[in-house]
Amino acid sequence: MTFDLFEKFDPILNDYNSLPKGSANPFTVSMEQVLSPTTAIINGRETILAGTNNYMGMTFNQECMDAAQEALLTLGTGTTGSRMLNGTYNSHKKLEDTLKEFYNTRHAIVFSTGYQANLGIIATLAGPKDYVVIDADSHASIYDGCAMGNATVVRFKHNDADNLDKKLARIRKNDPQAGILVVLEGVYSMLGDQAPLKELTRISKAYNAFILVDEAHSIGVFGETGRGVAQEQGVEDQIDFIVGTFSKSVGTIGGYCVSNNPKFEALRLVCRPYIFTASLPPSVVASATKALELIANSNLRAKLLSNSRRLNNGLSQAGFDMGTTGESPIAAIIIAEQNTAIAFWGEMIKEGVYVNLALPPATPKKLNLMRCSLSAAHSLEQIDFMLEKFILVGTKLGLLQDIPKRVLA
Amino acid sequence: MTQTIDEIFEQICTLIAPFNKKNIPITKDSLFSVDLELDSLNVMDILSEIEDEFDITVPLNMLPDLETVGQFAEIVKQLLSEQ
Ligand SMILES: Cc1ncc(COP(=O)(O)O)c(C=O)c1O
Repeated sequence: MTFDLFEKFDPILNDYNSLPKGSANPFTVSMEQVLSPTTAIINGRETILAGTNNYMGMTFNQECMDAAQEALLTLGTGTTGSRMLNGTYNSHKKLEDTLKEFYNTRHAIVFSTGYQANLGIIATLAGPKDYVVIDADSHASIYDGCAMGNATVVRFKHNDADNLDKKLARIRKNDPQAGILVVLEGVYSMLGDQAPLKELTRISKAYNAFILVDEAHSIGVFGETGRGVAQEQGVEDQIDFIVGTFSKSVGTIGGYCVSNNPKFEALRLVCRPYIFTASLPPSVVASATKALELIANSNLRAKLLSNSRRLNNGLSQAGFDMGTTGESPIAAIIIAEQNTAIAFWGEMIKEGVYVNLALPPATPKKLNLMRCSLSAAHSLEQIDFMLEKFILVGTKLGLLQDIPKRVLA
Repeated sequence: MTQTIDEIFEQICTLIAPFNKKNIPITKDSLFSVDLELDSLNVMDILSEIEDEFDITVPLNMLPDLETVGQFAEIVKQLLSEQ
């Protein structure tokens, strides 16, 4: 027995303390200067940012920065209020109108982060007598939304339609009247795979379940007007709620949920992660509004996906064990040994490329990943530079047998 | 044809086997985390296998109270009897 609240963290602290010290430590690195959506000064060296989720390169978009600056100067640095009390400006409403237009939905609610949007929507919608059915590989915010709510939580095998069918059939057999919320993601961020929404929505609707799709990694990236995977796969009319974030393609911070449900606005009165936190600052609201307008009318998607295919193809031809296929903006290689993965990360940063080291439990199937998320703002030269460094480090660490020929051709 | 707790336990052991990489002997008192060295993701996957094997719903919400293999067997027996 112990009174030490921190004792339970000893195992993780021990792991943490065994990591390399200083500039080779993946979890203490910081950026001295940010030069553009794709470059920063790290450890005194100009470094390519290869894992930022800045899919559209919106963080330095001139129109977005101008809009943010004007809002900052006219409306101040923050709202110091919640959406319910003092914290709703006309610009918050305009942002919600912009979202409605973007998704062509009747309703939109803006949250302070995507994490809170999932937390709020899932925990509030599914009450004590209801069920939430989630994909096994769901993002932490979805798991946490389940933990915060009072519904019965059931998990189905990742992207497995038959398994979803089984779980729903059992729920319905025991409880013909229960409300059911099925939660899916458009793109799963670690390996970039899409949910087979056509099948999953068909099955969910057969059991009269509501469907929520988290398009955090797909807004801007997929669909004719950038609405995401539901649009890409032509199933938008089947989806009850779309959750998303401004922290990736939109280039700032914030979350939202859109819906056509006639009673959707009720959530503003009951959703605690919406009510009991401060609303987004005006500058963020302004740049998000501008970025959504730009995304709907841009063709950065084609450039982004071609960047991703270039890196994915190059890594695969070089002989890396691939976690991704290039169908999404994610490029990830699998590294069997965790220590090799950590060393790989350290070598890459020394070579001037900042990739994501993704380790279990944040990864599916306990994979160790060196993960890149491409940006439409990456130049071909930057992609080829990343590839060259991946091959250099992979060869050095013995992950590649022969120096591959032709990969840069 | 209700199953006995021992039969259920045996069936669960078979489901755990693929996760039990070191072939640690399993008893009803085996703790998933300590004795079997399984993390919460493994336990969730095992739970999912159990649901499909016994054709029952075992809510994730129950997991915090399920620390041993024997407790899993008991909850399965209880859920089967409620059907
Ligand atoms: C699938 C998914 N949902 C939600 C979030 C949370 O988004 P935010 O950064 O806005 O909190 C993320 C981002 O990490 C995500 O990957």
